[in-house]
Amino acid sequence: MTIAAVPRGGWLARIPARRHAVAWLVLLAAATGAHLGREALPGVAVYPESWIVPLRFWISDLMKWLVNDFDLGLFTFQEMTRSIAWLLEWPLRAAQSLFAEGFSRGIGRDAVEVVPRVPWIALIVLCALMGLSARGFGLAALVAGALLYLAVFGQWDSAMVTLASIVIAVPLGAGAGLLLGIAGFRSARVERLLAPVLDLMQTVPIFAYLVPVLFLFGFGPVAALIATVIYATPPMVRVTMLALHQVPAEIVEFGRMAGCSRRQLLWKVLVPSARPSLMVGINQVIMLSLNMVIIASMIGAGGLGYDVLTSLKRLRIGDGVEAGLAITLLAIALDRLSQAFADRPPPAHGAAAAPFFRRHPFLIAAVAVLAGGWLVGFVAPGVQDYPESLEVSTAHLWSDLIKWINVNFYDHLEAIKTWLLFNLLIPVKRFLTTVPWPAVIAAVAIAGHRLGGWRLAMLTGTLALFMAVTGNWEKSMITVYLCGVSVLIASCIGIPVGIWTAGNDRVHRVVQVVIDTLQTLPSFVYLIPVVMLFRVGDFSALIAVVAYAVAPAVRYTAHGLRQVPAQLIEAATAAGCTRRQTLWKVRLPIALPEIMLGINQTIMLALSMLVITALVGTRDLGQEVYIALTKADTGRGIVAGLCVAFIAIIADRLIRAWVQRRKREMGLD
Amino acid sequence: MSAEPQVRIAMSEPEPMLECEAVWKLFGDGAGRFLDRRSATVSLEELHAAGLIPAVRDATLWVREGEIFVIMGLSGSGKSTLVRCMSRLIEPTAGQILFNGEDLLAMPEKKLIELRRHKMGMVFQHFALLPHLNVLGNVAFPLEVQGMARAERERRALEVIELVGLGGRERYYPRELSGGQQQRVGIARSLAVEPWIWFLDEPFSALDPLIRREMQDEFMRLQSMLRKTIVFITHDFDEAIRLADRIAIMKDGAIIQIGTPEDLVTRPANGYVADFTREIPRAKVLSVRAVMSAPAESTAGEVRADARVQEVAIAVTAEDTPFAVLDEHGAVVGSLGREDVLPVLVGLEKPPSDSARHVSMSPGPR
Ligand SMILES: Nc1ncnc2c1ncn2[C@@H]1O[C@H](COP(=O)(O)OP(=O)(O)OP(=O)(O)O)[C@@H](O)[C@H]1O
Ligand SMILES: [Mg+2]
Repeated sequence: MTIAAVPRGGWLARIPARRHAVAWLVLLAAATGAHLGREALPGVAVYPESWIVPLRFWISDLMKWLVNDFDLGLFTFQEMTRSIAWLLEWPLRAAQSLFAEGFSRGIGRDAVEVVPRVPWIALIVLCALMGLSARGFGLAALVAGALLYLAVFGQWDSAMVTLASIVIAVPLGAGAGLLLGIAGFRSARVERLLAPVLDLMQTVPIFAYLVPVLFLFGFGPVAALIATVIYATPPMVRVTMLALHQVPAEIVEFGRMAGCSRRQLLWKVLVPSARPSLMVGINQVIMLSLNMVIIASMIGAGGLGYDVLTSLKRLRIGDGVEAGLAITLLAIALDRLSQAFADRPPPAHGAAAAPFFRRHPFLIAAVAVLAGGWLVGFVAPGVQDYPESLEVSTAHLWSDLIKWINVNFYDHLEAIKTWLLFNLLIPVKRFLTTVPWPAVIAAVAIAGHRLGGWRLAMLTGTLALFMAVTGNWEKSMITVYLCGVSVLIASCIGIPVGIWTAGNDRVHRVVQVVIDTLQTLPSFVYLIPVVMLFRVGDFSALIAVVAYAVAPAVRYTAHGLRQVPAQLIEAATAAGCTRRQTLWKVRLPIALPEIMLGINQTIMLALSMLVITALVGTRDLGQEVYIALTKADTGRGIVAGLCVAFIAIIADRLIRAWVQRRKREMGLD
Repeated sequence: MSAEPQVRIAMSEPEPMLECEAVWKLFGDGAGRFLDRRSATVSLEELHAAGLIPAVRDATLWVREGEIFVIMGLSGSGKSTLVRCMSRLIEPTAGQILFNGEDLLAMPEKKLIELRRHKMGMVFQHFALLPHLNVLGNVAFPLEVQGMARAERERRALEVIELVGLGGRERYYPRELSGGQQQRVGIARSLAVEPWIWFLDEPFSALDPLIRREMQDEFMRLQSMLRKTIVFITHDFDEAIRLADRIAIMKDGAIIQIGTPEDLVTRPANGYVADFTREIPRAKVLSVRAVMSAPAESTAGEVRADARVQEVAIAVTAEDTPFAVLDEHGAVVGSLGREDVLPVLVGLEKPPSDSARHVSMSPGPR
């Protein structure tokens, strides 16, 4: 049938031009054949167990050896991890005392509180002052409102534990990122070394970080802190390298001509000049730290994440919503505040001439508020801790609301769920899990070759093969299926919304705020409403993933459409195109590469969320990582995490290769 | 100027402050090896074929103490690269550079830093001010890098800020200043360390024409006070002839001709230079010596031989009898009449004529 499909006469001569078409047809035929003959060839349909390379056991053994026997000469590996943990414990404990527990002397029952924690009123006023100095009254009100919610709805204690972890994690992550970024900036060799590591770290799912950290550092806040710092550092490294490279060449030349030593050039010229971009990196570090601190409640972080986790496990809907809302508000407050500091206008003259107290009114006010709050707190307990009698709980309200929705709309929700399951989810899943594995690998490699030549084909093929060889094939395919369907749905929602917002400024502003907020929220939060409405299973996972991953599809589509040069649209209008024709024939084709980059981002987000949905009972690689986490099985977790990362890398490289080619074809490069 | 670099030898020519000998800069992989193999006679085509970008080719020049040496050329001709080689911001591929008699390219990093801290200043096309520092901080920066104490460096910085006419603005931040003011900061900053040599890379080309003119005047005013040794880059011939003692013209990385503005106009080395100088009003560049006739019997007055034609044109054309031309010792060397001046003023004179090559003897075409 393959031969018949090719026109007769000289078909051999056409092979170069049609090589890929032929390859695809051959592949299709082979796959069909293999599927039909799967009884005879069991090794093709399902990857044979005996061929599995026991990589996960090797990794686990390696980790065990590291912990038990590895000696670095002066000290053992275990001593090293212990001293790291010990070093980190002190600042963390100090922050916990400052924000959450108060400083006490003595242990356990004999503990005597020496200095209480920061009074709640003082902290609220302090954060409001920060908002005021960074932007203005609006931001101050937003920040104060968010913190007030925490106090009034009884989330204060947990939120302070979370905040304390962030206060320690952010400087560590930002500092480590800055130093690594500087190293990469200074030496091309280091940069080449860092690039793949960063790629991998940013695609390996969150859970997978937790497994080795748990194994090395045990269960507890310090381990959670370490995982958080590791997770939040890579973007700062990237931002630092980029920001330093972007410092205008003339400024660097000036620094050298002024006779700066290498160190002076770095700290007096490069870093201050790159400050605005570096601040953007710090905002990212803060948001990623929050995300991870919430998830790290699985390895003992405590705080708001722990509250969400327990209420999810026990299906205590109201508590979950309250804690989720608290996280949401904390995230928004932190994001807006750090962004405002990043966007703060550069200094103006006149300021520096005034006396100290006129120059720093906010600083003085802040110190006064703190000192005053602490002093008053000793005599007035209501200032120290929010009075319990005034706490309000909405947990029942939320439970009732959900109950009401479930009672009244159960049939509708169930109908939607069933329809989608039977018409989309199950068929796709069945297809992907029955296609013979060599066919999928070949398909990925052929696509790589078509888009980027042999090197890309080798890369994508090898990465795909890794999933089979390590015995994760079926779970990988389930991941691909869930991710694929989610991305499909996210695109069906995101692209039209993007088109809509591109043409309408008011809508654009509103949608911008919505997707900004969606992207601020820690991924954990998305699970709460989904579980309550749809309970566990693939469908719930799907909804959570779509909600989490839709934002880039909207953003890039709108951006791509807005970027289309005005003269092209004018030319189309002059040629008599209707609005619809202009959209379909001019704007969308030109914006397509940009839209595909958005889809690429959507895929990346979908994969990272998918792993977290293991908590709502999927059967994919995420579940594999999750199980590994509960069993502290490092090898299993790392290998499954790598599989997820490789899926992400394959998708990323293929899409980028396509985009690059398309842009080159259109002369947009 | 507290520290005069050299003892002036009692000769008419001052010592060269900076000497470049066969300097090459090729961008691209393996440039050094390529030059070693091919020797210095390699052609442009060969370089392109090897995938190398020839930014500077075989540049030889010297800058005398106290002169304004202008480097001119079209965009991409290698001016910036050459001046960055002179300060070793860019490592030349081949050649030798002597600064004040010392081999700049063999200098260890530490010594080079010392040299830049105390003896070199540079002004940049886009100002290159540090955005996080105010005017005072920017001007004091090179002194801060040297390790000078705060009070002293701010006192010194205020002096130079005053000097460039920015007094009262020392607390302003760069983004609060106009382009012209920003470049004044750039100039003040490069002067704060009292450099021996002053590099200016197209310092005024990012400014509006009116401001540019004003800054050129300002620059000349400063130079008349400070008498620095200057390497000035521009692609604007008008600017070059206003400021230059000598001009080097570059094309495709090579220096085509070095000479006074008058040399370039009256004796262009080739058609390229001639084309380059064609639009220049002759009266601005030509000296009286270049266009005078043989001494005359009766004269209406005296003019100096090294004056520009433009400076004496009105006086000379107002009289029927010619003026006597005196050299620097006061001896009469020729005469200048209306018929000598008019062709220059209306642009009739054709520079690369044979007679122009013997200026000292022939007054030029009638
Ligand atoms: N870092 C570099 N890498 C590769 N090529 C370079 C580099 N810097 C300059 N070049 C090339 O060297 C040539 C000379 O550049 P240069 O900047 O010296 O020219 P210029 O005369 O200063 O031009 P302009 O008037 O535009 O400033 C140009 O062809 C330029 O593209
Ligand atoms: Mg230049």
